[in-house]
Amino acid sequence: MIPIEYFVGLSIIMFVSGITGVLLRRNALVVFMSLELMFNAANLLFVTFAAYYQLLAGQLFVFFVMTVAAAEVAVGLALMVEIFKTKKSIDIDQMNSMKG
Amino acid sequence: MTLTDLMTILPLAVLVAWTTALLLVDLWIPKDRKGITALLAAFGLALTLGLSLARGQQPRQAFGGMVVVDGFAVFLDVIFLASGLASIALAHDYLKRMNIVRGEYYSLLLYAISGMMLMTYAYDLIIVFLALELLSIPLYILSGFVRLNLRSEEAALKYFLLGTFSSGLVLYGIALIFAATARTDLPGILAAVELAPANLTMFLVGGALLLVGFSFKGAIVPFHEWAPDVYQGAPSSVTAFMSVGAKAAGFAALMRVFVVAFPSLSTDLTPVLWGLAAVTMVFGNIVALAQTNLKRLLAYSSIAQSGYLMMAFVPYGQGIVLSDTIAAMLFFLVGYALTTLGAWAVVIAVEKAEGRGLELQDYAGLGRKYPLLGAAMTVFMLSFIGAPPTLGFWGKFYLFRTAVEGGFTSLALLGLVASIFSAYYYLRVVVMMFMRPGEPEARRDPWLVLTAGVSALAVVGFSLVPGSLLNLALQAVLKLL
Repeated sequence: MIPIEYFVGLSIIMFVSGITGVLLRRNALVVFMSLELMFNAANLLFVTFAAYYQLLAGQLFVFFVMTVAAAEVAVGLALMVEIFKTKKSIDIDQMNSMKG
Repeated sequence: MTLTDLMTILPLAVLVAWTTALLLVDLWIPKDRKGITALLAAFGLALTLGLSLARGQQPRQAFGGMVVVDGFAVFLDVIFLASGLASIALAHDYLKRMNIVRGEYYSLLLYAISGMMLMTYAYDLIIVFLALELLSIPLYILSGFVRLNLRSEEAALKYFLLGTFSSGLVLYGIALIFAATARTDLPGILAAVELAPANLTMFLVGGALLLVGFSFKGAIVPFHEWAPDVYQGAPSSVTAFMSVGAKAAGFAALMRVFVVAFPSLSTDLTPVLWGLAAVTMVFGNIVALAQTNLKRLLAYSSIAQSGYLMMAFVPYGQGIVLSDTIAAMLFFLVGYALTTLGAWAVVIAVEKAEGRGLELQDYAGLGRKYPLLGAAMTVFMLSFIGAPPTLGFWGKFYLFRTAVEGGFTSLALLGLVASIFSAYYYLRVVVMMFMRPGEPEARRDPWLVLTAGVSALAVVGFSLVPGSLLNLALQAVLKLL
């Protein structure tokens, strides 16, 4: 059996790379992918500990998270398409029409 | 799921069912008669409000302890539903003027309110997360509601990316807490921690991530970056609702989760919370001094008000002052909601298409030409400062008093100084309205005037009997603990 530390370690690596991606990448789509990575890091932690504690609640949580993430994808991609139509770019550094 | 469960959350169930039906019915309402949709939405909110008020404050749990409906929840629900009604009144004329009349506006608004209500009921971290998303996703769409307007779209994208980021932090925090305690229900977490601190590091990091995630929602410095741009870019009627509802819901969740599940973290967190409250108050007020755009000014003002709200949160681990401090927070929220919605009603009345009519100069002469609007705006500005005789004065008074009772006199003094500084930029609006010549054009839409008028009267009226409102708030929190 694979020790639980490996799962936790992988989850932390995924979460930290997700955060790094959000903070450093400039393309809105890549930022969004990094956000999904953060969500999935949490999912991995849930299923790991659901198995470890023999609790179903953790696995149920993952289903909810996946559903919510799907809803967010729908809204997020629609927003990006809209903004690309107006601006021909989804670079978040160029989102600077408001100042102060 | 039994019938008793459904009966317990009846107001919320009715609201969700009504909203979904409204989304369908709206398809058959012709585009030039969307007032009917607005009316139906308002009726749904009023119905929910009635049901919420009728159920009393006896706490009841449902769905296996995942939700609880108590006085605290009902009190906040009344704020959300009333703000919802007010923002429908604000939106009706505004949407027509901005040429964005679409029926789904009202359904999205109602869905966001359902999310806020669910947030107040949440007694399990799963529900906290679902409620957070249910309230956020409609608000992302609403902030980008002015299609093909770059500012609105930018606001929506920024709000979406940072909102999802904060949800990711909250979610990972929940996952860590589940990993440390094997529980997601709030009392279970408390019990698990008292029994044996399974893995204290995971638990601490989890709690910290929850705090950061919710600080994003409540626009606490240094997690406020999104707020000014989103508030400016989103349609004003959405901003008005967002700055009341989303903020109150964030604070409600923070309060419920930390008070019920994490009293053990209070000693570690007190300095952090102290710092957050202090920085938010000072930063929000200082940056607001430099603003000339009314929407941005109100955005920074709302950040500063978050700082005062955060102050209620600092002594949350002290059992003696706990009910006082939560009651003070609820009281402050009532004043904040009334003042904010009223101030936005005035802003919307003056705003023109294409984002014009939002600069400070556009308010020159407003007080002379429209004395009622001018007087109402003066009341709101005084209430934001915290000057008597307004609800804002008593809100701050109770907040500062509980801070002193909790032993944080320096924080209360800091809040007092910040309030005095804030008088500069709030009074600038008043000076502009009454002492500078100008020929502003404001809408004479009856709903806008009604919202501004009722809010102004309530802000002054309640301030004459602050004790009875505070008693209501105290009764509401009595059963929380």
